[in-house]
Amino acid sequence: MAIGRRRLASIAFAGIVAFGAVQLRAQSPSFGVGRAPKPEELQAIDIDIAPDGRGLPPGGSTAAAGKDVYTRRCETCHGPTGKEGPQDVLAGGQGSLATSRPQKTIGSYWPYATTLWDYIRRAMPFDHPGTLTTGEIYGATAYLLFLNGIVGERDVVDETTLPRVAMPNRNGFVPDPRPDIGRPAPAKSEPAQRKPK
Amino acid sequence: MSTDSSRSRRWFLGLGAAWSAAVVACRSRVAGPDPSLLGAAVSPYGSRSRFEKAVRHVNQNTKVPLQEASSRTPLHDTYGIITPSSLHFERHHGGVPEIDPATHTLTIHGLVERPLVFTMADLKALPSVSRIHFLECSGNSGGEWRGGSGETDVQRIHGLTSCSEWTGVPVSTLLRECGAHADAAWVLAEGADACKLDRSIPMAKMLDDAMVVYGQNGEPLRPEQGYPLRLLLPGFEGNANVKWLRRLKVMNQPAMSREETSKYTDLMPDGTARQFTFDLEAKSIITRPSAGDTLRGAGQYQVTGIAWTGRGSVARVEVTTDGGATWIEAELQTPVLRRAHTRFHWPWTWDGREALLASRCTDDTGYTQPPLNDLIKIRGTNSQYHNNGIQTWKVAANGTITNGNRA
Repeated sequence: MAIGRRRLASIAFAGIVAFGAVQLRAQSPSFGVGRAPKPEELQAIDIDIAPDGRGLPPGGSTAAAGKDVYTRRCETCHGPTGKEGPQDVLAGGQGSLATSRPQKTIGSYWPYATTLWDYIRRAMPFDHPGTLTTGEIYGATAYLLFLNGIVGERDVVDETTLPRVAMPNRNGFVPDPRPDIGRPAPAKSEPAQRKPK
Repeated sequence: MSTDSSRSRRWFLGLGAAWSAAVVACRSRVAGPDPSLLGAAVSPYGSRSRFEKAVRHVNQNTKVPLQEASSRTPLHDTYGIITPSSLHFERHHGGVPEIDPATHTLTIHGLVERPLVFTMADLKALPSVSRIHFLECSGNSGGEWRGGSGETDVQRIHGLTSCSEWTGVPVSTLLRECGAHADAAWVLAEGADACKLDRSIPMAKMLDDAMVVYGQNGEPLRPEQGYPLRLLLPGFEGNANVKWLRRLKVMNQPAMSREETSKYTDLMPDGTARQFTFDLEAKSIITRPSAGDTLRGAGQYQVTGIAWTGRGSVARVEVTTDGGATWIEAELQTPVLRRAHTRFHWPWTWDGREALLASRCTDDTGYTQPPLNDLIKIRGTNSQYHNNGIQTWKVAANGTITNGNRA
């Protein structure tokens, strides 16, 4: 045959790669287990909000209106201005990240405002998650952004404006560069003269 | 009560002490159960001897609700490489839900040809695999970042790592069944717990060795480990191994959930934060003797511990007694498994003088576990997560052992 071994190997490799892609995308199910979800089933659990706002339900509120829900449902754990605790400090800390006492808050650290909305709906209040209305979630989100000086008290936070909120630490994250140390292996060991027989 | 009751400190294997014990045994009458009495009957579900007291450590002195807290494996008092399911560390974010497996489902949707809902019976009908892997919380050993914490023993400092045999279905099988788009880069995993914890996982990991698991050490998963179903990502930080798994969504971009932005990110001295730091790097700890133990005088001791790496297999563990001036290779106990705890041993003749005892692990990528201070030089003291620095135990001349990171 005219095809050299190396060439053959590269054809085979390309074939594997192509086959892998096709297989994932188009192969019919191998086992036939599972069933299609009903639309309402999917709607009930498809709750993640993308940074571009996909998934946000229609609705909106302002910090002025949201102060009430914050006071009733959030303040016990997070303090009157979001800075007092006893649980996570939510406000303040801007400019502290590069200091010896960094404060990681919504205003100083969180890169996306949509994450705040997602997390409040998903998990807050801690002991009664899932009990806030859509309007209350927009209100609490707006109030927390206001406590951090990111939106004004009367700014409307809704499914269109929330993804456009510019978070101060939006560009503060970098990809994982590790291993950043530990390679190559340092000086060789002493002979293992004390190893057990 | 002293916490000593929860932990055996009299583990010493000094030959002199063993000889003394043998002499005492010969002199006194034979100990043991009264031979004229019957023992206990068979029982439907076994439990350990009432003489064994090791338990997970729960820090009660915290303002954090215990549903959002952690409990730590008694590494000092476990053997081999498998952590008993009852002693596997915990870290929850919304408590442990009680889920009826008859009603639990896993939904896979998003960028797929065929969204599918799997019941537990569906999943158990698929070809299964069983694999031994460690799980470690990326916050494990986090107290040591500030130059050595006041923590008193190996359980409190490093107890957020455990190792089990896990049984389940490769995620790749499920993604093929759904016809996941091969060019989709991420998969969101979401739990059915109160906080519906969610993390975005690279598709490459999902197609490599990720599993959805329903079995742990031969039994169904324990509730605190995600019963009836969890995600297992061998070698990835614990938080990404979503428990009580209810949903996988195939996506082009990460969801940027709260856990992967505001929490499990590593703050550097310049104020930037590293994100999606999934891999747990090579690490080892001497578990015996360790802080809290007291050596009974000069003599022969077995030094033992565990080593692991999220990047592959443990290639070598070395031990030092002089704070790292010289290193001696320890013996690795088989099996040495990929992304699993590996047990090591080293026989030590203690000369009765002050010693700085430590281990370091090299993995099969050539990476060697660094000194804690070298990590701090690069990452500062506020990165919180992923501390795989060398742990030093300080042995005093009187035999007491303390946390030597505090030098």
